[in-house]
Amino acid sequence: MLLRSLNKQIVSLKYVAVGTALCLSLPMLIIAISVFTSNSAVWAHLLDTVLGDYIGNSLALMAGVSVGVLLLGVPTAWLTSVCQFPGKSWLTWMLLLPLAMPAYIIAYTYTGIFDFAGPVQSMIRELTGLKYGEYWFFNIRSLTGAIIMLSLVLYPYVYLLSRSAFLEQSTNTLEVSRSLGYSHVRAFLKLALPLARPAIVAGTTLALMETLADFGTVQYFGVSTFTTGIMRTFYGFGDAVAAYQLAAVLLIFVVCLISLERYSRRRLKYHSTGSKAVSQRQVVLLGYKAWLACLFCCLPVLLGFLIPAAQLLYWALFVAVGIDKSFFILAWNSFYVAASAALIAVLLALLLAYAHRFHARSYLVKVAVSTSGLGYALPGTMIAIGIIVPFAWLDHKLIDWLASATGYEVGLLLSGTLFALLFAYTVRFMAVSLGSIQAGLGKLTPSLDNAGRSLGLTSSQVLKRIHVPLMSSSVLTALLVVFVDVLKELPATLVLRPFNFNTLAVRAYELASDERLADAAPVSLMIVLVGLAPVILLSRSISAGYKGKRKTS
Amino acid sequence: MTTLSSIHSPAQSTQELSVQEVSVSYGNTTIVKDINFTLKMGEIGCFLGPSGCGKSTLLRAIAGFENLSQGRIVLDSEMLSTSNAVVAPEKRCMGMVFQDIALFPHLTVRENIEFGIRSWSKKQKQERVSYLLGLVNLTGFENRYPDSLSGGQQQRIALIRAIAPKPKLLLMDEPFSGLDAKLREELVPDVRNILLHENIRAILVTHDQMEAFAMADHIAILNQGQVHQSASAYMIYHNPATRFVAEFIGYGDFLPAKVCDEFKVKSDLGTVGSEKKHGFNVGDEVDLLIRPDDVLHDDDSEFVGLIVSRWFRGSHFLYRVKLQSGKIIYCFASSHHDHSVGQTIGLRVNLDHLVLFEKKE
Repeated sequence: MLLRSLNKQIVSLKYVAVGTALCLSLPMLIIAISVFTSNSAVWAHLLDTVLGDYIGNSLALMAGVSVGVLLLGVPTAWLTSVCQFPGKSWLTWMLLLPLAMPAYIIAYTYTGIFDFAGPVQSMIRELTGLKYGEYWFFNIRSLTGAIIMLSLVLYPYVYLLSRSAFLEQSTNTLEVSRSLGYSHVRAFLKLALPLARPAIVAGTTLALMETLADFGTVQYFGVSTFTTGIMRTFYGFGDAVAAYQLAAVLLIFVVCLISLERYSRRRLKYHSTGSKAVSQRQVVLLGYKAWLACLFCCLPVLLGFLIPAAQLLYWALFVAVGIDKSFFILAWNSFYVAASAALIAVLLALLLAYAHRFHARSYLVKVAVSTSGLGYALPGTMIAIGIIVPFAWLDHKLIDWLASATGYEVGLLLSGTLFALLFAYTVRFMAVSLGSIQAGLGKLTPSLDNAGRSLGLTSSQVLKRIHVPLMSSSVLTALLVVFVDVLKELPATLVLRPFNFNTLAVRAYELASDERLADAAPVSLMIVLVGLAPVILLSRSISAGYKGKRKTS
Repeated sequence: MTTLSSIHSPAQSTQELSVQEVSVSYGNTTIVKDINFTLKMGEIGCFLGPSGCGKSTLLRAIAGFENLSQGRIVLDSEMLSTSNAVVAPEKRCMGMVFQDIALFPHLTVRENIEFGIRSWSKKQKQERVSYLLGLVNLTGFENRYPDSLSGGQQQRIALIRAIAPKPKLLLMDEPFSGLDAKLREELVPDVRNILLHENIRAILVTHDQMEAFAMADHIAILNQGQVHQSASAYMIYHNPATRFVAEFIGYGDFLPAKVCDEFKVKSDLGTVGSEKKHGFNVGDEVDLLIRPDDVLHDDDSEFVGLIVSRWFRGSHFLYRVKLQSGKIIYCFASSHHDHSVGQTIGLRVNLDHLVLFEKKE
């Protein structure tokens, strides 16, 4: 038998992980540091004029969206998890569909539906005979409109998390409350709701993070928030420092939300009530109650997905200019950028997750892994400007250095190429791939590795014969989810794309901004269709869990 | 490596596992310290101790998953681990059964069992699989996946997966702790019989003394990273080497006593002694270990106790009785001696040897 010296090869993995985390936190560090630089004249001007608006609008948006997602998300979650009514099994997964609809796309689709020449107002005029200006019609391009749009596509976060919380509540807890004389409704209000509160809060904060990150909707509706303000300051005033400081204020909001989310997640663990094997006994709704429940669950699906999707389909088929070569170029651009970003994000996530596994006791690695995921909470706008300035600076240094060393002038190597864009995507969506990979790796208990070793496998054979087959589905999920997220991403792409490089999302935004709503439809529809893939995956895992529960009951 | 030559000398060539002065540390924390343990051919050993005592770490060190900071591990005259070199786990020919079972979820029962014997011929593999499945009464389960098996079935498959390659030593890390009590009672003697039948040496790690007693020929009691006693179950129960072992194994109480001479001590229950010298000085204050079965119910005895609580165990009663000194001890009585709480009964000590410890501060 061979005695071999104790090797220390995996120690290097630790440093690679820490290096990766440092790179990924670059945009955030730059913005945080900017707070300590001197205030510019533009900043003073912003402070005097628009900062109040930005804060006010962002707060109003957040307040409105939280009410919206709670109203849409919690009752639907309760109905589909505890009650039995017609169409329930369909609605359970259909309620996730709006996740596939990016907020900026639903925003201009509804604008098309509700504006003067749109089908709704045309019908009103036809029915009543009134002309322009003779009747009142609400303006969707407003703060209220933005709240409604965002709520319609973001409520699934609340729906998903609170639904699983309701499902986990054991029947016993609820039956105890019934035996103590509580009605269904009171049991819901006094027991199920408080027990699910951490999950509901976590879902709401996720929706609010997306709200803060939104650029397309608020920009299109002309609502001044932080994200639009940052862009305006950066491009309009050309003042990077002021834009950074604006971003730093936004960062405070984000940090508050993250803390709230983390706090409620921690409480989520302690709040689980007993064995999951016990499945809920369903409340069978009858008569008008059943139809009301069905109608209530149909509403978000219709408004959040079916109606806008149908409108997009109509535009794409009958109104828009035909699909030409440029469409395929856009699709190809989007595809390879998203695919490369997904590949990079997943490879780095694997690296970080394995570093974490091998150095489970290392505090440094733990911190590195958790900071790597923070980019998900940052709005794309913020990441973009946090990248562009240091990269441009590096580029100029690089150009000078190369020119003096080789006498050859190169272009912008970092900030002017896809490199910056891919970097931004990796920062933004690292958490998504990391989450999926870590969940997969978590199921691979250390004793599985040890079992393989004690049955005669070397460590690389363990990787090949145990890890690869067992990790493949998590890796594929991570690839898919990052791919779709990148495809939908708008603000960072707008800022960082190389000259003359367009993607589906950017094109949809440009066409909509030019009021060519119908022409934007084919591109948008493409994004929505691709966006459906992870939703289908999600709904399948939900129904699998549902069947699993049924089997044990 | 200089240490190797001495180990490989024929004089020391024996068929045994020898753990010599082994320490394992994580950073500055020492998990196990100066462990010595020997397991002879055909024996089943056990590391028994409370959680966190280092028993699993020691087992993992033998398997090759932990590196030694000191000492060495030798199996059948072959050096496996020293403080600066190890044989990789996959080269050690040791089977291992894990607490969380660790069957490969993506492989069928057959594929799991064949995992360690993949280099065998197809016919040999088939024979081995069906033989082993027969051994654990799971014939016909070849093509099932682990998640369709019950906990006990999974544990049996994990066991035969580990012994399929005919390992030199089988290591079992709390293999029964995930199973319910009834299943455990069934499985433990089965496993012992299979190991004896297959002539496999094994080490079991557990915190459950009944499991250890039912399974092992040779038990090492660990606490806080150190071996307190390494002996047969009988010796550990009746002749505990340290106060910890006496408290950890079985029921028992310490009765304050005073040394009368080199054979006898005087306690609340009279003067007791044995033919062996106990080694304490006359006049020393000591603690005498009394097991429930050392105290008999005897109405004629001059010593009495007040019953404070009682458990009916079917074949016998277990009483807690308060002596006149206020000390409370256990007492066994036959199931016909039915007394109620608050009654006073006569007690007699029946010891054939003394287990004494220095008085606890």
